[in-house]
Amino acid sequence: MKRSGIIEATLGVLLALGLAGVWQLQKKIDGQRQALQEERDELVLRSPKLIKRMSLEFAPLVGAMYWTRAVQYYGEKHRLQQRNLELLWPLLDITTTLDPNLIVAYRFGSTFLSDAPPRGAGDPEHAVELLRRGLQANPDYWRFYQDMGNVYYFDKKDYARAAEAFAEGAKNPQAAIWMKVMAAKIAADGESLETSYFLWRDIYQTAKEPQIKKNAELHLRLVKVDLDLRELNRLADEYERRTGRRATKMSELVQAGLLSQLPGDPDGYPYVLGEGGKAELNLNSPMLEEKLMNK
Amino acid sequence: MSTPAIEIEHLSKEYPYGFLNLKKKTSLEDLSMRVDTGEVFGFLGPNGAGKSTTIKLLMRLIFPDRGTARILGKSIDDVSMHRETGYLPEQPYFYDYLTAAELLDYFARFHGLTATDRQTRVQNMLKKVGLETAKKIQLRKYSKGMLQRVGLAQAILHGPQVVILDEPMSGLDPLGRREVRDIILELKKDGRTVLFSTHILSDAEMLCDRVGVIVGGILRGVGTPGEMVGIKTQGMEILFEVAEGKNPPLLARATRTGDCYRLQMPEEELYGAIEQLRAAGARILSVTQIKPTLEEFFMNLVEADRAQANAVEVSGT
Amino acid sequence: MKNVWTVAANTFREAVRDRVLYNLVFFALLMMGAAILVGQISIGIEESVIVSLGLTAISVIGLFIAVFIGVGLVSKEMDKRTLYALLAKPVQRWEFLLGKYCGLVMTLTVNTAAMAAGLYLALWTVKHTLEKSDVWILVAVYLILLKLALIVALALLFSCFTTPFLAILFTAGIYVAGLFAGDLRTMRAVDLSPATMNLLKGISYLLPNFENFNVMGAVAHGRAVSGALVEQATLYAVVYGAVVLAAAAAIFSRRNLK
Repeated sequence: MKRSGIIEATLGVLLALGLAGVWQLQKKIDGQRQALQEERDELVLRSPKLIKRMSLEFAPLVGAMYWTRAVQYYGEKHRLQQRNLELLWPLLDITTTLDPNLIVAYRFGSTFLSDAPPRGAGDPEHAVELLRRGLQANPDYWRFYQDMGNVYYFDKKDYARAAEAFAEGAKNPQAAIWMKVMAAKIAADGESLETSYFLWRDIYQTAKEPQIKKNAELHLRLVKVDLDLRELNRLADEYERRTGRRATKMSELVQAGLLSQLPGDPDGYPYVLGEGGKAELNLNSPMLEEKLMNK
Repeated sequence: MSTPAIEIEHLSKEYPYGFLNLKKKTSLEDLSMRVDTGEVFGFLGPNGAGKSTTIKLLMRLIFPDRGTARILGKSIDDVSMHRETGYLPEQPYFYDYLTAAELLDYFARFHGLTATDRQTRVQNMLKKVGLETAKKIQLRKYSKGMLQRVGLAQAILHGPQVVILDEPMSGLDPLGRREVRDIILELKKDGRTVLFSTHILSDAEMLCDRVGVIVGGILRGVGTPGEMVGIKTQGMEILFEVAEGKNPPLLARATRTGDCYRLQMPEEELYGAIEQLRAAGARILSVTQIKPTLEEFFMNLVEADRAQANAVEVSGT
Repeated sequence: MKNVWTVAANTFREAVRDRVLYNLVFFALLMMGAAILVGQISIGIEESVIVSLGLTAISVIGLFIAVFIGVGLVSKEMDKRTLYALLAKPVQRWEFLLGKYCGLVMTLTVNTAAMAAGLYLALWTVKHTLEKSDVWILVAVYLILLKLALIVALALLFSCFTTPFLAILFTAGIYVAGLFAGDLRTMRAVDLSPATMNLLKGISYLLPNFENFNVMGAVAHGRAVSGALVEQATLYAVVYGAVVLAAAAAIFSRRNLK
């Protein structure tokens, strides 16, 4: 009896060692294969209709899989700071064909397809197409009109169409009241910093998807800087009118009573007055780089 | 003249085979037979002769190409006739996830018996076929012999007037076969009709009032067992023991098995031989008639069959 | 009808004692657990994934049971000859067939209910509450059950006249074909003659339209299913199933056993 116990124990140890060996080997193989890994991403099956057929009855589940893939694709590209997002539209196209009711896919798509690189694919046409499809399947979701309005306003700079979109969305009794207001303002004034700030702020406050929220936050900060700089320039001009000369330091504006304290950018770095007395970002501020990268 | 228990008229069955099932093999040809009420009828024949086919036709498991049959006056097309019939299939196999008691109860439900009636009958049947101790064991653990007994039990549980058994002795040890024989005799005593198929002559001889012999799908003859095999005796055989050292001259012609010797001789020489053995102090164990065996009987029939078929082929008709 | 119930009850008993079914249901429950994990990975659609995955598991497992065991209902009894003693009793062949069918459908109902309970448990584990909109999941499960009942009928039909292997193939084939029946109807191909188009359209109506029973898309997002759809789908399953079973009974009644 004791003998068979020893044999069993030995077998158990050998098994464990064997599995540990397999584990290590796999790590080595993974290392080898990473070196071989191609740079290009692959989307082997492209046709949404074909994939839908292949999914038999389980299209929504497969749609969820493609959605996950789309999010990971974007996240990875963003992390590696790569600008080429060519697969984003095909992935979202497939996702929404498989599950036309996946609201978040449309919203994500409209944001990151239309936004200019490096934040997005810079493809507002497809963003609009995506949103139209979303409206067809989910006609009650008025926020698609909001997203469409944003695409026309920010990325296509087509203010007539933007106003139209907001107006259309406002028709829904559940829509936020500001939709109607915004439709009128954009129709009248076209682009303005206030409008931009308001639109991004609504997205930031209402979006549940973290990527979208983060993106809106980024835009919000940039627009805030623009607003601040515009205000500061206005104050600098006021200073010049009062004193007859151009201020060279922010503190002078404070001393003149035009500012209650030294103004800082969203990161807290104080604004400065640069050449020609124009308000500028502090050289140390990370906002400078952010602004340069996202122009 | 009461209605016969089983009447078969011109029953025929062919099986298609070969490429695209174009060829046909006749497994039963124009069978007409009668089993009277209260008799035990043996259906004899070599394997593949058509015994099982006939029985399956009677039980409506397969359908005849031609001919009809009636059991207790009702056509075999009438499923209600099954109330009065019990059937044991050849090499029976039952739901292996049930116990014997559960299986018998399950089958009994189709006969519309009340719950208490079912329970009593199931218990009695299990006792009768000697499966009482195994009644709670699942059938998948049963031996072939035990399955055979379950089969017999389910065939007679509802007290049918006509009992049809397909090879009831197969798979049983001598004790089991004796028990089956006893049950058949008991059924006969109760006035029930029993039709069973077998290829063992001795069983048929012991139990049957009449036998029907079928070879190659054709009924060769019906009659009492003795009539069928032939009265003519081929001689006599003596089984005897003899002490060491004693060597009667007959010993040379005898064949030895273990301690016993077998000696065969023409009938006329019987008493002479007995005298010789008695003088030698031999102990006589038995004296029996030598009759042709059923195998030989069938062989002759099959040979004749084949010869006829060859003749037909050669002559081209 | 009593005979039908006797056979059905025994078929159900056989299923209960068959360990394979427990393994399948256990596997399905495992998938519910996996769904919770998968939901963590999917951004913003956790519940939707759990429902989709759960309904998929119920559908697929149910499909396996319906096809493989459905085909075996009759063919197993014919192969193993357990049928012989049974048909010698005063029971009609159609009663036997219907009894086997009902037995398997009862089994499927119990299994599906167990898996649905697992799905609700998975949902509750993640949401810590159940909302009114979650009742539609039950409707989706009911429709899946209708679909499975129809598939069992088809499996039974095919097993009555072909070998088990072919019956499985045919049943699986008709399942896939039936899913595309709707597409067949709306298909527009320029180079086909009107006669062919009409023929294809006719075929699309005669095939079992299994998409009728698929509401996963709506239910995964908590949307309602119209009562009219449920009514009509039920009627469809009953009528189509009756036709298939009648055909099976007719074929089986004249079949020579080995």
